[in-house]
Amino acid sequence: MDLYEYQAKHLFDAHGVPVTAGEVCTTPEAAAEAARKIGSAVVVKAQVKTGGRGKAGGVKLAANPDEAKARAQDILGLDIKGHEVRRVLVTEATDIAEEYYVSFLLDRANRCFLAMASVEGGVDIEEVAATRPEALALVRIDAIDGVDAQTAARIVDEAGFPAHIRDQVTAVLVRLWRVLVEEDATLVEVNPLVLSGNGTVLALDGKVTIDDNAHYRHASHADLVDREASDPIELRAKEFDLNYVKLDGEVGIIGNGAGLVMSTLDVVAYAGEEFGGVRPANFLDIGGGASAEVMANGLDIVLGDPGVRAVFVNVFGGITSCDAVANGIVQAVGALAERGTPVSKPIVCRIDGNNAVEGRRILTEFNHPLVEMVETMDDAARRVAQLAGGAA
Amino acid sequence: MTIWLDGDSRILVQGMTGSEGTKHTRRMVASGAQVVAGVTPGKGGQDVDGIPVFGDVREAMIATGANVSVVFVPPRFAQAAVEEAVDAEIPLCVVITEGIPVHDTAKFFQYAVNAGTTRIIGPNCPGIISPGVSNAGIIPADITGPGPIGLVSKSGTLTYQMMYELNDIGFSTCVGIGGDPIIGTTHIDCLAAFEADPATEAIVMIGEIGGDAEERAAAFIADNVTKPVVGYVAGFTAPEGKTMGHAGAIVSGSSGTAAAKKDALESVGVRVGQTPSEAARLMRAILRG
Repeated sequence: MDLYEYQAKHLFDAHGVPVTAGEVCTTPEAAAEAARKIGSAVVVKAQVKTGGRGKAGGVKLAANPDEAKARAQDILGLDIKGHEVRRVLVTEATDIAEEYYVSFLLDRANRCFLAMASVEGGVDIEEVAATRPEALALVRIDAIDGVDAQTAARIVDEAGFPAHIRDQVTAVLVRLWRVLVEEDATLVEVNPLVLSGNGTVLALDGKVTIDDNAHYRHASHADLVDREASDPIELRAKEFDLNYVKLDGEVGIIGNGAGLVMSTLDVVAYAGEEFGGVRPANFLDIGGGASAEVMANGLDIVLGDPGVRAVFVNVFGGITSCDAVANGIVQAVGALAERGTPVSKPIVCRIDGNNAVEGRRILTEFNHPLVEMVETMDDAARRVAQLAGGAA
Repeated sequence: MTIWLDGDSRILVQGMTGSEGTKHTRRMVASGAQVVAGVTPGKGGQDVDGIPVFGDVREAMIATGANVSVVFVPPRFAQAAVEEAVDAEIPLCVVITEGIPVHDTAKFFQYAVNAGTTRIIGPNCPGIISPGVSNAGIIPADITGPGPIGLVSKSGTLTYQMMYELNDIGFSTCVGIGGDPIIGTTHIDCLAAFEADPATEAIVMIGEIGGDAEERAAAFIADNVTKPVVGYVAGFTAPEGKTMGHAGAIVSGSSGTAAAKKDALESVGVRVGQTPSEAARLMRAILRG
């Protein structure tokens, strides 16, 4: 889960990383009030989970509360790379002397953590890494040893921070590492970390990614979930505990196992090229068990997407046997009728693997006009694409 | 021959007394694997279907000669369980558990590296099977029999799908390495082991979006693998910024895309199927001429 800047800064503040005072606002009036409280020039910053806000006009300086209100008016509702701005952060304007870059992140390739630091901050760090790699210090962090003052000082020295702020930056790094570890984050990035006119080092921006697997040990992280920004169908799927991602096509997809479902999306997209370019409408992994109830919830969610014209149920019975899967489909269709939302779109099923013969027999016997069975994954994808394309 | 799991493998199950542990212990036993012990802290002295349960891994190894551990314990206890297996110097530890926080995995992986005595497979993986020989994990044993193909995959069900597509030929060993951002055994580790295994004639490698493991595997293949490799990559249609089921399966910016992985593999001579069936056809053509 990626956090907004204001959420990242709350975590920074809680762990002693210096940030500027600020307030998150959803209306221009609130922005004016926040500027009044701060009592100096402010910066009004769009809160969106994407980069390039500045270039898109999402970050503006305001000298007084009236200007803050006007700038918030401009920024709220902006569309920045497909993200609608619903909140702005109104924060004290800082007199910037220098801009730096620091981050800690998971290093998948080396299976450890990585510190990155540069005295050339405030710019696109990927650009720096590509064009002037010598300007970006990379320090491997051992997951067990972590970052103490000594390791932090090494990062500071390798990046070439000036001597007079060495201690301040070292302290910031130790605290940022604490954010990473204590909040179970996989990324903590500050760009820019600045030296202000009065000689203090401050995190002027913040990017944090939280590990969803660690939610069980952070009750407070539930508050960070961005309910309004999520797709309503995704939110409903979450209530059913389903692993669902909304896409924008016409073919609803239900499968078991993340890899097989990803593969199903691809196979449907390839097949769809022949039928007017129909695409997958979602990713839905119902997991290993695939009980009738889970199948019913899954079908309910997928059929509830108005964009869906046909559904592809693609299950490989590994541990689960296919007769259980077929019974799940039969019961799910029945359960949906009982809920008052009977199936009204064609469902193409491909079930293979453990006890497939019996599974197919059950579906054949069920003989529902909207449920059909196709033997292979590729043929089933073609059939469902044809049905979705034909209904156009 | 096989890799890592053979006729001498004696399996202990950490978390055997839990429901998943018991269920899959029975499956492993039914498939002919030698499951010799269970380990559940505080439940030493019990048994599951006559298989003795011990309080810790070292004790179980001494009593039964176990040399492979399969871990089914819940996420919050997984780090301690794996570190206990490493402390006991078990040569192979297969971590099935899904949903382990990546900080915990990073620590137990480093712990195993420091000790230098234990190979970890997983976490969040279906395990490893040498068909007809042994089976450590949850891969169904009846999909395929023994044969000359080595298989490595991040995904469980795609592993099963590929085993099924090629069950007329059979497999030496199939390894599900898991879909988490940090895993103990990589594509490269498996490629190296299959290259060295005389019984493996050709290799199927299944990848998916996220990270750059497939790109690194391609570089490794160019320099180190002489056996034919067929590839398949899932996730061409995955949008940027959305995690597709596996914690590791996410495209961010231009990195981690399926197209980039396919290109990297093809550039070193790996034949990449557009669908699992096409990959299977490519493999069949290689082995059957």
